[in-house]
Amino acid sequence: MDLSAINPLVLIASLMVSATPILLAAIGELVVEKSGVLNLGVEGMMIVGAICGFATAVETGSPLLGFIAAAAGSALLSLIFAVLTQFLLANQVATGLALTLFGLGFSAMLGQGYVGLKPPSTPTLHIPVLSDLPVVGTMLFSHDLMVYVSLALVAAVWATLKYTRVGLILRAVGENHDAAHALGYKVIRIRILAIMFGGACAGLGGAYLSLVRVPQWTEGMTAGAGWIALAIVVFGSWKPWRVLLGAYLFGGISVLQLNLQAAGLKVPVQYLSMSPYLITILVLVIMSANRSRAALSAPASLGRSFHASH
Amino acid sequence: MTGTEKVLLTVEGLTKAYPGVVANSNVSFRIMEGEVHSLLGENGAGKSTLVKMIYGLVRPDTGRMTLRGQVYEPSAPKAARAAGVAMVFQHFSLFEALNVAENVALGMENPPKQSELSQRIRQVSEAYGLPLDPARLVGDLSAGERQRVEIIRCLLQDPKLLIMDEPTSVLTPQEVEILFKTLRQLSAEGTAILYISHKLEEIRALCDEATVLRRGKVVDTCQPREKSARELAEMMVGETLTPPERSGKAPGPVALDVSGLSARSPNPFGTALQNIHLTVQRGEILGIAGVAGNGQDELLLALSGEIRTAKDAVKIDGKGVGDLGPNERRAVGLVSAPEERLGHAAAPDMSLTENALLSGAVRKELTSRGFIDWAKTRTFAAGIVKEFDVRTPGIGTAARALSGGNLQKFVIGRELSQDPSVIVVNQPTWGVDAAAAASIRQALIDRASGGAAVVVISQDLDELLEIADRFAALNGGRLSAPRPTQGLTVDEIGLMMGGAHGMEVAHVHP
Repeated sequence: MDLSAINPLVLIASLMVSATPILLAAIGELVVEKSGVLNLGVEGMMIVGAICGFATAVETGSPLLGFIAAAAGSALLSLIFAVLTQFLLANQVATGLALTLFGLGFSAMLGQGYVGLKPPSTPTLHIPVLSDLPVVGTMLFSHDLMVYVSLALVAAVWATLKYTRVGLILRAVGENHDAAHALGYKVIRIRILAIMFGGACAGLGGAYLSLVRVPQWTEGMTAGAGWIALAIVVFGSWKPWRVLLGAYLFGGISVLQLNLQAAGLKVPVQYLSMSPYLITILVLVIMSANRSRAALSAPASLGRSFHASH
Repeated sequence: MTGTEKVLLTVEGLTKAYPGVVANSNVSFRIMEGEVHSLLGENGAGKSTLVKMIYGLVRPDTGRMTLRGQVYEPSAPKAARAAGVAMVFQHFSLFEALNVAENVALGMENPPKQSELSQRIRQVSEAYGLPLDPARLVGDLSAGERQRVEIIRCLLQDPKLLIMDEPTSVLTPQEVEILFKTLRQLSAEGTAILYISHKLEEIRALCDEATVLRRGKVVDTCQPREKSARELAEMMVGETLTPPERSGKAPGPVALDVSGLSARSPNPFGTALQNIHLTVQRGEILGIAGVAGNGQDELLLALSGEIRTAKDAVKIDGKGVGDLGPNERRAVGLVSAPEERLGHAAAPDMSLTENALLSGAVRKELTSRGFIDWAKTRTFAAGIVKEFDVRTPGIGTAARALSGGNLQKFVIGRELSQDPSVIVVNQPTWGVDAAAAASIRQALIDRASGGAAVVVISQDLDELLEIADRFAALNGGRLSAPRPTQGLTVDEIGLMMGGAHGMEVAHVHP
């Protein structure tokens, strides 16, 4: 085994790329769940975003337009979920699962003509001074725009939830929708907006997979990324920075285990492949082991349908 | 009230109908500035719908309102708040995971910055003798303190009319006294208060005027100070009430023996039970009082078997059952009815027959070799409906379709019909109209006279004083030593319930 083949600089740089799709989907789902809605359709929204972004980028030649189309397409898909669960009071778990199945099938249909094509490459940003720094420059400051967008989103979601009135109302709706309604807040409207935000984020995450990470289109290419994003939200106790930690941990171990496989580590491949899932969840579970505090940050109305009785 | 009073709010001919029920029919009354006006009526009389219309949560079908001479048609609570109408809700409209200042901010239109808001909360809370720390999580506050949050949220908006929907149902007598001082101070400053309650003594102590509602209509108005509580009750119910009869029999041997019972709550904001001791003899009713959230739910769960404990912490007829589950305890002779009717005592979408089976299967032998004996189950369910006067189209009706009072009669009846030796009930008459409540209380007394040991957990002190032989109070998960009910004063009971829960007594108008 030759560990010297693993270059820590490249490892960290590729960790960020590897974690970004999950991070985008997870931060969107965090907002959805904070509003009290459990949308299990993340996987389906991601893959629809992946094909929408891929197709648009291939047709127009612009990755940026691809990302915009991905966000719009997945937000539109999430609107189906929103109408079913918020107006027709369908069960959120069942509807979310159905959305995933629908998204997987629908994306396969949309993507039939795009298998094997190569998308236009997404340029990496050149940030003056920072990108030219030795070591840190290649590690942190030579990525494409979306990596920084995802980090900015985490910071924005954290600040919005913590410091702004919009964030307070969102948390209030997720905490006790009856009380929020009694105070005159539009529970359903707020939740629909949150669901669409979550959809748009998942779409961006999917498009990042098909346009940057892989980059090509294959059926079912999200391969469970949406599910790990859901798990990271829960085990990260609905806290934005923990979600970032979880996503980067998962991305990091995924990249590391590939490198270890390549270096010929004498451990069965299956164990290495499952290690990102196991370690990420283990770490987050230990961090949220304090039951009472974890329970506090869980939105109390999560997954419950709201219907104004009077 | 002074001689220079002006009309603040008039309500004329307000009507609101829901499918199948007219909640309010042609309701008219008026409130003067600075007046404490009471809306009196039983559950389902239409009080809540009426105040929701005044607060803009519900739109009336017909009728009009004026506020200080202007036409008043609030389309949303926002508009009502802007017009100077504020409301404290019956079930607190608070967010447990948010702190006091955040909760207050959510109830305001244009809240100032958090630091400034905290400052104002401190000022107002001190001016009205309601000390409160803006940074504390609401989930950690006592019921009395939570109500302060709601009241301060209203006061910060300088309301002209403060609506209070059943504000004292979760308070100890001492906490009620503090609240009343605040309300009297507000009234003296010119704020009118619309006070909804079915606690008649409180209305007599606090209110200037009362409007009595029955089945959605105004049936009477009066000055409550000039009426006795009994007269008010009869105006409310529209019939004469007979208090339950007690038998004078001496109690028998101990049937339920709880010693050193401690248990953690399954709910993150719940209260752990700490070292509870009690014994109940056959033929005796033990009343357990306490403000909501002091361990009542947990005590019921620990007695019914939903929380398991050490084997000898709970004994029935001398046999340790602490480690047994609910059905095994039923087999030994303990039945129980929790507070929450829909979803805990009864499965909402299942029929009455099925609900009868769920609890009665063990003692009434409604199953054999894994198969359900439907004929026997239907007979059992029909018997409950008949004996306890449950108003339902039939035993095939879903539990959800019954009114609260009728479902409660069914749930209590189902447990009492199983020939139990120990009965544990939590809030047996909560949200039940006076006539149904009286019949449930009588049934509990009858079962006790028939030789059962009965534990009644309730927040209704009058109820406990009426039916219990001995009385104890839960406070912070600890149970006070039981005392005979006879000769207990309300003050003593209040102290057993924890007094003012460490809240400072108001220091207004010394």
